[in-house]
Amino acid sequence: MESKPNYAQIYKSKSFRHLMHKKKRFLLPLTLFFLVFYFMLPVLTSYTDVLNKPALGPISWAWVFAFGQFVMTWTLCVMYSRKSRDWDRDIKRIREQAGREEA
Amino acid sequence: MNMTAFTLFLAIVAMTLVITYFASKKTNSTSEFYTGGGGLTGWQNGLAIAGDYMSAASFLGIAGSIALAGFDGFFYSIGFLVAYLVVLYLIAEPLRNLGKYTMADMIAARFDEKKIRGVAALNTITISTFYMIAQLVGAGSLIKLLLGLDAYTSIVIVGVLMTVYVVFGGMTATSWVQITKAVLLMVGTFIISMIVFAKFDFSLYNMFMHMKTATPLGDAFLNPGNKYKVPLDTLSLNLALVLGTAGLPHILIRFFTVKDARTARSSVVYATWIIGIFYIMTIFLGFGAAAFVGADAIIAQDKGGNLAAPLLAQALGGDFLFAFISAVAFATILAVVTGLVLSAASAFAHDFYGHIVRKGQATEKEQLNAARWASVAVSALSIVLSLFALKMNVAFLVSLAFAVAASANLPVLLFTIFWRRFNTAGAITGMFTGLLSALLLVALSPSVWGPEGKAIFVGEALFPLTNPGIISIPLGFLGAIIGTLLTSRPDFKRYTEVTVKANTGL
Repeated sequence: MESKPNYAQIYKSKSFRHLMHKKKRFLLPLTLFFLVFYFMLPVLTSYTDVLNKPALGPISWAWVFAFGQFVMTWTLCVMYSRKSRDWDRDIKRIREQAGREEA
Repeated sequence: MNMTAFTLFLAIVAMTLVITYFASKKTNSTSEFYTGGGGLTGWQNGLAIAGDYMSAASFLGIAGSIALAGFDGFFYSIGFLVAYLVVLYLIAEPLRNLGKYTMADMIAARFDEKKIRGVAALNTITISTFYMIAQLVGAGSLIKLLLGLDAYTSIVIVGVLMTVYVVFGGMTATSWVQITKAVLLMVGTFIISMIVFAKFDFSLYNMFMHMKTATPLGDAFLNPGNKYKVPLDTLSLNLALVLGTAGLPHILIRFFTVKDARTARSSVVYATWIIGIFYIMTIFLGFGAAAFVGADAIIAQDKGGNLAAPLLAQALGGDFLFAFISAVAFATILAVVTGLVLSAASAFAHDFYGHIVRKGQATEKEQLNAARWASVAVSALSIVLSLFALKMNVAFLVSLAFAVAASANLPVLLFTIFWRRFNTAGAITGMFTGLLSALLLVALSPSVWGPEGKAIFVGEALFPLTNPGIISIPLGFLGAIIGTLLTSRPDFKRYTEVTVKANTGL
């Protein structure tokens, strides 16, 4: 029981490959998305005036974009939580399989 | 001296000492000292992360920046918050799965060379010390204004308290001080925000309309570009803000206080909600201070605008609210410096003493004693440095801490988890390039060199940007890449092991 799990074997296993593939497909595009979305605000405010135009009465697009960053952060947080519950099920399965092979 | 304020200060000190007393009974092992036994729940740790993170710079600094510069002050709020996506998506779960007590543990999970632990610990101690000096100097001037105590006395009082919390109560006391402070801060900020909002009949339209004419900046108050006029500097600041958090040692060690990666994840989610709501409210604090206190009155008390929030509390709610908000600010500083002492002391005792000096052979009791003595030493050093720094403009120390964290720690943390080819030499060169370039660029920047009264030395800055991030962060990544490619011997077997551990917790 105390012996180390066989990492090489788990690494090569189909279920682990599958988990890594799913994580990558979620994390990579969304990380790129939030970085681009985040840097759009300082880039637009530093190099242009487009965000100074009014959006809702006295509230300009710069503030709307700034609030958008909060909404984006919370939304991506919730998405990650939901998605990772699915990964947790995979992890549980991988751990069980590893335990069986060890025994 | 304001007697209500003084009584509330004492009440907060008494409460934190009671917490420490109960925590000290539980702190008998290194695991309890460094991680509080790892038994916090997701929401407790989420509150503690929020408490650790919403420093005086957030509460007092951002409110002041928004009051004086309008939209530009809000950049900090956005950057500090979005940074949690980097933490959640890339760092939190692997860090919890691979590490035990410190950030170095995680890197050492893949590369066991002592040098790595040494350099990582050096980074941690550098970042924590800079951050702590900034907080202590801030505490000195704040308490001076609020209680009338002189700044030297204030620094020593805060310094002694933080040492007591860490030495006797370890991570358990630290966590509960942070949780208490987070609750106080949220309640205080919410009360002020609601009073401000009520003044505008709970209408954002009315509030923004009023702000168009309420300040000396006029219309421009609501537009970006008052504070940051150099585009590259704005981008550099934003880069350091969004990437720095994921490399801050006092935030990273908070992931070791929970039982598994899943709880680490849920604590980031809770922290993100709390911190996000708090940063939204900084608009009410800033706008309120600009409208009801006024720029002149804010600057008259403190040039940097750091007293905007307490002054607003006084203008809206009189002496009691002023006293309450001041006491909250004091609790904020206490909680943050306590977290910093613990992170620096852990790096020193666990990485330097435990793994390098004693090669992992020290007994439990020896390690616990080392951790306690390291806390005393770190605190004493920071108190002395802060007393010397008292007359300097130390605002740059916080941006330096973020820049070092983003340049020296983050590249190596990311490559350790995600890059198969990465090796020991790459990790060491990456950490050194990031650390040295950030330090050097700040030493040459306008924060250090400027006209009389604006900086530490009088003269022309050789590096034009106040924040080094845009150069030093890419250099940190490049250093790690070049160091890796120039040397061979990648250990793929170790990488497969680390990848499996990081993703499954096995």
